[in-house]
Amino acid sequence: MTVAGLIFSNIHDQSIPEMTRMRTMASIPFGCRYRLIDFALSNMVNSNITNIGIITHYNYQSLLDHIGNGKDWDLARRSGGIKILPPYVAAYENNGAGKVYENRLEALMGAENFINRCGADYIVLSDCDAILNIDLSEVINSHVKSGAYLTMVAKKLEKANYNFETAVPILDLDANGRVVGMADGCPNEGGVIISTNIMVISRVDLHSIVSEALARGYTSFHRDFIVKNLHTKLINSYMFDGWYSVVSSMEGYFESSMKLLCEETRRDLFENADRQIYTKIRNSAPTKYMEGSKVKNSLLADGCVIEGTVENCILFRNVHIGKGTTVKNCILLQDTYVGSNVFLNCVVTDKNVVIKDDRILSGHETNPFFIGKNQTI
Amino acid sequence: MFKKKECVAMLLAGGQGSRLYALTQKTAKPAVSFGGKYRIIDFPLSNCINSGLDTVGVLTQYQPLQLNEYIGNGLPWDLDRTFGGVKILPPYQGIGGADWYKGTANAIWQNMAFINRYDPKYVLILSGDHIYKMNYAKMLDAHKESNADCTIAVIDVPLEEASRFGIMSTNPDGSIYKFSEKPKNPDSTKASMGIYIFNKDKLQKYLAEDSVDPASSNDFGKNIIPNMLAAGEKMMAYSFDGYWKDVGTIRSLWEANMDLLGERPVLSLSDEAWRIFSRHGAESPQFVGEDAEVTNSSVTAGCEIHGIVRNSVLGAGVYVGEGAVVEDSVLMENVRVEPFAKVRYSILDENVTIGREAMVGEYKMSASDIAVVGADVKVANGSVVPAGAMLSEQ
Repeated sequence: MTVAGLIFSNIHDQSIPEMTRMRTMASIPFGCRYRLIDFALSNMVNSNITNIGIITHYNYQSLLDHIGNGKDWDLARRSGGIKILPPYVAAYENNGAGKVYENRLEALMGAENFINRCGADYIVLSDCDAILNIDLSEVINSHVKSGAYLTMVAKKLEKANYNFETAVPILDLDANGRVVGMADGCPNEGGVIISTNIMVISRVDLHSIVSEALARGYTSFHRDFIVKNLHTKLINSYMFDGWYSVVSSMEGYFESSMKLLCEETRRDLFENADRQIYTKIRNSAPTKYMEGSKVKNSLLADGCVIEGTVENCILFRNVHIGKGTTVKNCILLQDTYVGSNVFLNCVVTDKNVVIKDDRILSGHETNPFFIGKNQTI
Repeated sequence: MFKKKECVAMLLAGGQGSRLYALTQKTAKPAVSFGGKYRIIDFPLSNCINSGLDTVGVLTQYQPLQLNEYIGNGLPWDLDRTFGGVKILPPYQGIGGADWYKGTANAIWQNMAFINRYDPKYVLILSGDHIYKMNYAKMLDAHKESNADCTIAVIDVPLEEASRFGIMSTNPDGSIYKFSEKPKNPDSTKASMGIYIFNKDKLQKYLAEDSVDPASSNDFGKNIIPNMLAAGEKMMAYSFDGYWKDVGTIRSLWEANMDLLGERPVLSLSDEAWRIFSRHGAESPQFVGEDAEVTNSSVTAGCEIHGIVRNSVLGAGVYVGEGAVVEDSVLMENVRVEPFAKVRYSILDENVTIGREAMVGEYKMSASDIAVVGADVKVANGSVVPAGAMLSEQ
């Protein structure tokens, strides 16, 4: 049995426009040294899926730069490995000329060649907005065993944990875990079961979906192929019980990031010896804590220089915190330079931001203060 | 491009490093960890690629397993090349029998075939025992400009230390007229750094002569250099004035690690123009806990700190439990310091575990010696490892 992977790198770009103006959802930095696609990629690699297509849309330069030839995920292979699938634009068609895909189904049509030729028995589809460490081989086994047409990875969330601004698909399951209903929208009171948008389907079935969509002009994967088939085909669920978060807004990004400061989250996400999360290696020097630095309850990447006080923060690579500066509840992306005697609270900086001496900036947990790439304050 | 290299580097990495005792029980000296996420050999390898030299032969002999695995195909240093790149050269069995490398010169002599494959004009000889950042291309330029047969990199050392080194006595134009290995009464302070550039033809000639001399100890310092000087070949000294440290002893290894600390460290590894590359895994970010206190220290990915860390260098994946104290110490990869243990003025090798409330070493101020715990050793809960102790797994 062979399995290939297909990753949608842009599908939810609009949910966090601050960070996707210059990059794809897949290349949003997360957790000090990762980008969101690292989770989707590592989950596949750790489950022995080494033939992976990445469907791209707009702004995929940063993604190409991050992925390179795939060697950091051990995916620089002669056969298989990573294939970047840029948007397919038909040159001579009157109606669609110069237009790139607008939904999941059109994206899949653009990847038709990959689906045709990857030679796998099954294909795992994954988006890039979910942060989780999952053993996909279990999902695939359960899919094969159940003989289902499609298996969706589901996650049960408490109402308190469901605060995604963009609606995620909500699943209605019967006692055997079969999906009997599906809706986009907000949940009722109590727990809710959502789809992580990780799915397993046989390659043949995926191919016929694409062909049928082309022939009939279908546009929605969910409406035209899942909901429509709920009662005629077996659409199963696989309940994931590990740590899961989805990036659906700036607030959600902030909250998901801060959850990394909980020990349980880190153990579940990063410290599974069999399933590490891989990322591009950058060869930064170790982080230096200077005389007088005070760091508490924070997660830091390598390459930082800390001279001030850091509390409850996520610091990416090569961040500099100057003398007399206090940084609380902040997420500072790669190469952020914070000068001396600065006070920051609930601030998110994109890459390469400079905050000059004596600045005082504060956002709020529910609305973090975001500073765009390359800005100087 | 695929026919010839101007200069081939040969890195002598076979040394046992017996003065590092417990740290080299299981690994060769060039593979000893340094600065949290590096190994000693990263420095000459990174210097090579940063100097534009992409063909490096690494001569291994003692405990080569870890070194072979570490260097692999050379990818972290950009030395995975179709023609050239990094190649591991262990001793081998030839038609005339099998031989270990009998000395530094013999090791190169046994690998003349490797050098000749690239038809180089020059051969750069390096050793895997030093921490330094040096542009070999500049030294090669000086070598070409002076039309020398051999150029030896030298560094000024204090007169009182000169008797520990191979000392070059030079004329005002930089040419060497005398070489004395560890002289009692040195007449110069120019110490050999163990870095040589030879014209390949001359090197081959002297190595060939040396190989049939039964009295020779087949060593560059003891035989080849004195022989060339005696024969009147043109030998030049190339002065280097950057940071250079022989990390052949426990104390010097500790000192070199400490040289990374402070506001203006003598040795900086964050120089974007001269990066030191290393092979490392997929460690998660470092976490500093609520009650932790980390000052004047260098900490690497994968670390988790709940205790106190001062003036120390921590390798990847080090764990320091709550109430534990680590001071003036070097902790290599995956060391675990359990809660309430104290580690002072020590070097802890990879995968060492220090049990709860155990005490390792003494305050640096007490003028005691560095305590060393070798790889994989488990120090029991509550036990005491005195200053100057040298523990290794039997």
